[in-house]
Amino acid sequence: MKNTIRIALLASTLLGGAAQAQDVTLTIESWRNDDLAIWQDTIIPAFEAQNPGIKVVFAPSAPAEYNAALNSKLAAGSAGDLITCRPFDASLELYNQGHLADLSGLASMANFSPVAKSAWQTDDGSATFCVPMASVIHGFIYNADAFAALGLSVPTTNEEFYAVLDAIKADGTYIPMAMGTNDQWEAATMGYNNIGPNFWKGEEGRLALIKGEQKLTDPQWVAPFAELAKWKDYLGDGFEAQTYPDSQNLFTLGRAAIYPAGSWEISGFNTQATFKMGAFPPPVAAAGDTCYISDHTDIAIGLNAASPNAEAAKVFLDWVGSPEFATMYANALPGFFSLNSTPVEMQDPLAQEFVSWRGKCQSTIRSTYQILSRGTPNLENETWNASANVIRGAETPEDAAKRLQDGLASWYAPQQ
Amino acid sequence: MAARKPVRWHIAVFLAPAVLVYSALMIIPLFGTLLQSLMNKDAAGERVFVGLQNFATLFGDALWSDAFWNALANNAWFFLIHMLVQNPIGVALAAILSTPRLRMAAFYRTAIFIPTILSFVIVGFVWKLILSPIWGIAPGMLDAVGLKALFTPWLGKEEYALTTLALISVWQFVGIPMMLIYAALLSIPDEVIEASEMDGITGWSQFWKIKLPLILPAIGIISILTFVGNFNAFDLIYVAQGALAGPDFSTDILGTFLYRTFFGFQLQLGDPYMGSAIAGAMFGIILIGVCVYLFGIQTRLRRYQF
Repeated sequence: MKNTIRIALLASTLLGGAAQAQDVTLTIESWRNDDLAIWQDTIIPAFEAQNPGIKVVFAPSAPAEYNAALNSKLAAGSAGDLITCRPFDASLELYNQGHLADLSGLASMANFSPVAKSAWQTDDGSATFCVPMASVIHGFIYNADAFAALGLSVPTTNEEFYAVLDAIKADGTYIPMAMGTNDQWEAATMGYNNIGPNFWKGEEGRLALIKGEQKLTDPQWVAPFAELAKWKDYLGDGFEAQTYPDSQNLFTLGRAAIYPAGSWEISGFNTQATFKMGAFPPPVAAAGDTCYISDHTDIAIGLNAASPNAEAAKVFLDWVGSPEFATMYANALPGFFSLNSTPVEMQDPLAQEFVSWRGKCQSTIRSTYQILSRGTPNLENETWNASANVIRGAETPEDAAKRLQDGLASWYAPQQ
Repeated sequence: MAARKPVRWHIAVFLAPAVLVYSALMIIPLFGTLLQSLMNKDAAGERVFVGLQNFATLFGDALWSDAFWNALANNAWFFLIHMLVQNPIGVALAAILSTPRLRMAAFYRTAIFIPTILSFVIVGFVWKLILSPIWGIAPGMLDAVGLKALFTPWLGKEEYALTTLALISVWQFVGIPMMLIYAALLSIPDEVIEASEMDGITGWSQFWKIKLPLILPAIGIISILTFVGNFNAFDLIYVAQGALAGPDFSTDILGTFLYRTFFGFQLQLGDPYMGSAIAGAMFGIILIGVCVYLFGIQTRLRRYQF
């Protein structure tokens, strides 16, 4: 009896395996575990309906572990067919090591502007190795009900920004700003690189820094730290131990009025918050100044060079580059703005607000991402630490900037 | 002429599974890592032998050595807190548990041991919530007894974060010294205790003069286990503070420093060669510590045969 069952089981496994053998299964490596439902319910079924014979599995890992896990998997040859690409050097290094295939010849690459592709190209632009998916925009999300109750209007200049914060603090009902320094990265990403572009004039300052014409100790690079140092007084009690999820919850529970944000928060906040939300771009020095926003090319998807299913994977990648995917993705994940040249209609009002800044402000990307985080010490990680220190008051803006400059100059020739 | 001794194959056969598994999973990777610490990439990206150059960078270049000494000092403090808090409390708990008049001893024993079997992830998460200035019960409890002023966001302050984490780890692992000492205390023969009572040594002086000398070897073993465990620690810091071991690297220990270097973090790419050098240094530190214990302390401990 036992043997019969065993043979039956074995036979069914073999038969099942044979039945599936005609289908190619593509596995996607990603750090976006928040998006699992959207991929499984919306994106993958749409693709599979058009492409019978190709099955797609979305297999994300935790954001903080993604890079380390992916590098190990690629080295061991156990990574999935499709690799979600971090921008700039992390992916460039994978390409240089031969883990990512060159996708320059992919038909749908024509749908992207050079700026959109810049984050996933070799330094000379000769090869593009990931299909751009989306960018994220930085700004501030605010509790519109709280603003209405306190009679506040949306700040546009730095002066108005602090006046609003002071008013919220004086009223006492709300914590003026929801941010903590426990996880460090918010201080750099939603702090320094959020408000910074207005001081260093976006691309102008960022490129000058890469060329070595400006230094991190120049006033326009120290000023954002000086602003962060002022934020301390407007954060909640015990912000030193406040984590990123703590900040999200403080805001969505209606206990904080302003949240220094990235647009990726939109879909989460829409489901969590019960009040009306609005958004404003980082305030400028004086009314009428050109505004600069961080419109950061954040996510793309590439092909594992060792994938045995390269042909099917290219079919998928071509589809990712299509306007159809762009519309689906941008609407399924409001806050991840399509990089496709074809304009995408979005339904979400908060996402529309964020994307409208592209029209009136100059776009730039995070200052530390391209080239400057190649060496040791790593400028991006140092910026996390420095921004958190400045907000906690453990380091002065000048000292923090000097430390970053010294670290950068220690390995980056144009800054020496 | 004595007959030649037969070859005792069965010894090799019985040892083989353990030796094979241990070699494959521990010895070979260990030597692989040590060998890798002597390698680095040349300009063309090829793996080349560089001798002790990685170690020269680790100890000579201020960028690396500052981080390394910071991690080592933090690790030493982490260990010191364990030795000063965990082990004395463990001994005290075992002494209390072994008094025959204590009721519900089995319950206390189990309750105190349970955190040891919990995952670091759960322990880190639970304590982060307890101590959270926003949702935690710690501020509320202190407020209830009028000591609200004593509360600070401990995990977010440079001066307290590492000590707080060490105490959380003590809370989790105090069950292990307790169990080992408890077992040692139970193994003391009744005759010895009765003899001491005949001589009028009871109560505390009986503990200090009779029991403590008899459990010293167990305390030695616990110390060395604590030492090895602490210098290999990583999980709790990673779970509670992340790989950057904030605030401002004040909770960075060798394990988190190794993780960041070896596997990379965010935009920082992993460097397996420097990572291996750090792993090699950790191995050396632990080896020296264990040798000091084995040759300096254990050989001098007096053992009693009953």
